[in-house]
Amino acid sequence: MEATKLTELQKIAVKIRMGVIEGVHAAGAGHPGGSLSIADIISYLYFSEMKVDPKNPKDPDRDRMVLSKGHAAPVLYAALAEKGYFPVEDLKTLRQADSHLQGHPDMKKTPGVDMTSGSLGQGISAACGMALCAKLDKKDYRVYAIVGDGESEEGQVWEALMFAAHNKLDNLCVIIDNNGLQIDGAIHEIVSPAPYEEKIKAFGCHLVTMDAHDFDSIEAAFAEAKATKGQPTVIVAKSVKGKGVSYMENQVKWHGSAPNDEQYAQAMAELNAALAAL
Amino acid sequence: MKLGDKIATREAYGKALAALGETHDFVVLDADLAEATKTVYFKKAFPDRFFDCGIAEGNMIGVAAGLAAAGKPVFASSFAMFAAGRAFEQIRNSVAYPHLNVKIAATHAGITVGEDGATHQCNEDIALMRTLPGMLVINPSDAVEAQAAVKFALEHNGPCYLRFGRFATPVLHDPDTYSFELGKGEVLRDGTDVTIVATGLMVSMALEAAEMLSAEGISARVINMATIKPLDGEILEKAAVETGAVVTAEEHSVIGGLGSAVAETLSMIHPVPVYRVGVMDSFGRSGKVPPLLKLYGLTPENIVAKAKLAIAAKR
Ligand SMILES: Cc1ncc(C[n+]2csc(CCOP(=O)(O)OP(=O)(O)O)c2C)c(N)n1
Ligand SMILES: [Mg+2]
Repeated sequence: MEATKLTELQKIAVKIRMGVIEGVHAAGAGHPGGSLSIADIISYLYFSEMKVDPKNPKDPDRDRMVLSKGHAAPVLYAALAEKGYFPVEDLKTLRQADSHLQGHPDMKKTPGVDMTSGSLGQGISAACGMALCAKLDKKDYRVYAIVGDGESEEGQVWEALMFAAHNKLDNLCVIIDNNGLQIDGAIHEIVSPAPYEEKIKAFGCHLVTMDAHDFDSIEAAFAEAKATKGQPTVIVAKSVKGKGVSYMENQVKWHGSAPNDEQYAQAMAELNAALAAL
Repeated sequence: MKLGDKIATREAYGKALAALGETHDFVVLDADLAEATKTVYFKKAFPDRFFDCGIAEGNMIGVAAGLAAAGKPVFASSFAMFAAGRAFEQIRNSVAYPHLNVKIAATHAGITVGEDGATHQCNEDIALMRTLPGMLVINPSDAVEAQAAVKFALEHNGPCYLRFGRFATPVLHDPDTYSFELGKGEVLRDGTDVTIVATGLMVSMALEAAEMLSAEGISARVINMATIKPLDGEILEKAAVETGAVVTAEEHSVIGGLGSAVAETLSMIHPVPVYRVGVMDSFGRSGKVPPLLKLYGLTPENIVAKAKLAIAAKR
C-alpha cells in the first residue's frame, strides 16, 4: 500500500478508536473490546473498499455492511460519524433514551446502518438476502458481513454459509473477527468453532486469512475476495480484542464494560500519542 | 372456485402466488416444504424467483429480511410450527423490529395438520405473532379470502403474518364480489341474542352453530374475523352492545389467540361475557381431522353449548 494512503488509514483508525472510547465512556456501558478489534477493518471498509455516499445513505446501488456482531455498534457509529453520516458529537449520546445511537445497530434510526442487528447469528443471513437481491436485480453492489468468532457458535451462521455457497453469492464477503474471546472466556474454553479453515472450505466458501491490524494484509484480503468468482469469500481475521488501548488488549473483562474517568483519560492519552506518532 | 367447493387455504395461497408472479416483482422462499405449503406452483412458474433455503428456517427469515432491506418484497413459507415457532426470534428481531417488507406465510396451522401429530400442530402462532409491534396477523376463513389476503399482503409495505390450513374447507365467499379489507370484521349473519366471532376454519362451523341455535329459537350473529391484528374494535363493540354476549371460535390455543384478543378489547370498551372455543391449553395428537376436531371441541355443537353459557351469564 502506498505510504500516504497507509498513514491516512492509520490516522482514521485511531480517530475511530477514540470515537469508540468517547461513546462507551459517555454511555457508561457498551462493548469496547470487540469494537476495537475490528477498528482497522471498519476503517478500511468505509474509507477505501466500499462504494458508499454519506449524502445518499439509502442509495439502492451502494455497497452494504451488516455488522452481524451488533454489539460492536460503537465502532460502526464512530466510522459513520468520521465518514460524515452524522456529527461526531453524536457519539457522546450513545445509548441515551433520546439518541439515534442505540445499544445495537438500528437501520431505522441511524443513517448509514444497513441492517438492524444485535441478536447474534442473524445479520449474516440478512447479508445473504441482500447479496441475493443484487444478483436478482443484476446490480454489482457488494455486501460485507462481520461476524464474531463467538458468534460463529450459532448454527445460523453455518446455515447462512451453506445458503451463500449454494447460491454462489460471490458478491458476499464475510469477515470472522477471530479475536479468540467471547463473554465467558476464551473461545477454546467455551465451545470452540476451530479449526475454521477446514470448516469454511467444507462449507463451499473461499477462505482467506488476514491480519486484522495490518492494512496491507487487509487490502490484499479484500482484493482476493473481490476477485473470487462463483463462491462467497470468508475472511478469517486474526485480531486482538481491545486493540489500541493497552489495558484492554486480550482482556475478557473489556468485552462489555466501560472505562471509568481515569481509564478513559489513559485510553485517550494512548490514542492521542498514537495519532501524534503518525 | 365457487361457493361450497372444498379447498384448503394453502392451496389458494400457492395459486395466488403463481398468479401474482405474472404481474408483480417479488421472491418466494421455502424451507423444504414447497410441495406441502404449495409454493411449488410459484416455483414451477418462476424458478428464477424461488429459493429453497433448505431445512433452515431461521436463516430463511434472515434472508427474507435482507431481500426486503434491499428492496425486494418476499414471501417466506413453512409450516406454522417452524415459521412462527422455530424462527420466532428471527421474525422478531430481523423482520418486525426493523419493520421490513416480509410476508411470513405459514401453512399447516392448528390441529387439522392431522396425522403428523403434536410436533407439527401449531396452536400458538397467533399468540406469538400478535405480540409483535407492527405485525399484521391475517387468518383467512376460506380459499377466496386467502387469495385476496395474499394480494393485499403483497401490495402492503410492511411485515405480515398469513395463516393457512392444510385441510380442505368450504368456500364461503363469492369470488366475484369478495374484496379483502384489512382490520375489518365481516358480519356473515345477523343476530340479536349472542355473537359468534370466528376465524379461519371455525367460521363455517360458526355458521352451522348459528343455524342450530336458530332451530332452538336463539338468534346468533356471526362475525368472520380474518384480521386478528389490527383487530376490529368497532364491530366488536357494536356486537357487545347489541347482543350482550360473545363466543369466540378458533383453531388455536384459547390462550393468546382470537379469544384473548376479543376479551382484551371488550373488557376495555364494553365488557360482556366472552366464552372461548379453541384448543384448551393442551397439545395436539395424531388422527384423522374429523375425530380430532371432535376431541378438541372444535365443533358447531361446542359453539352452541358455549353460546348458551354466554347468554346465561349476561347481566
Ligand atoms: C443470540 C445472542 N445470544 C447472546 C448474546 C449476548 N452476547 C453479546 S456479545 C456475546 C459474545 C460474542 O462473542 P464474539 O462473537 O466473539 O464477539 P467479540 O469477541 O467480537 O466481541 C454474547 C454472548 C447475543 N447478543 N445474542
Ligand atoms: Mg470474539
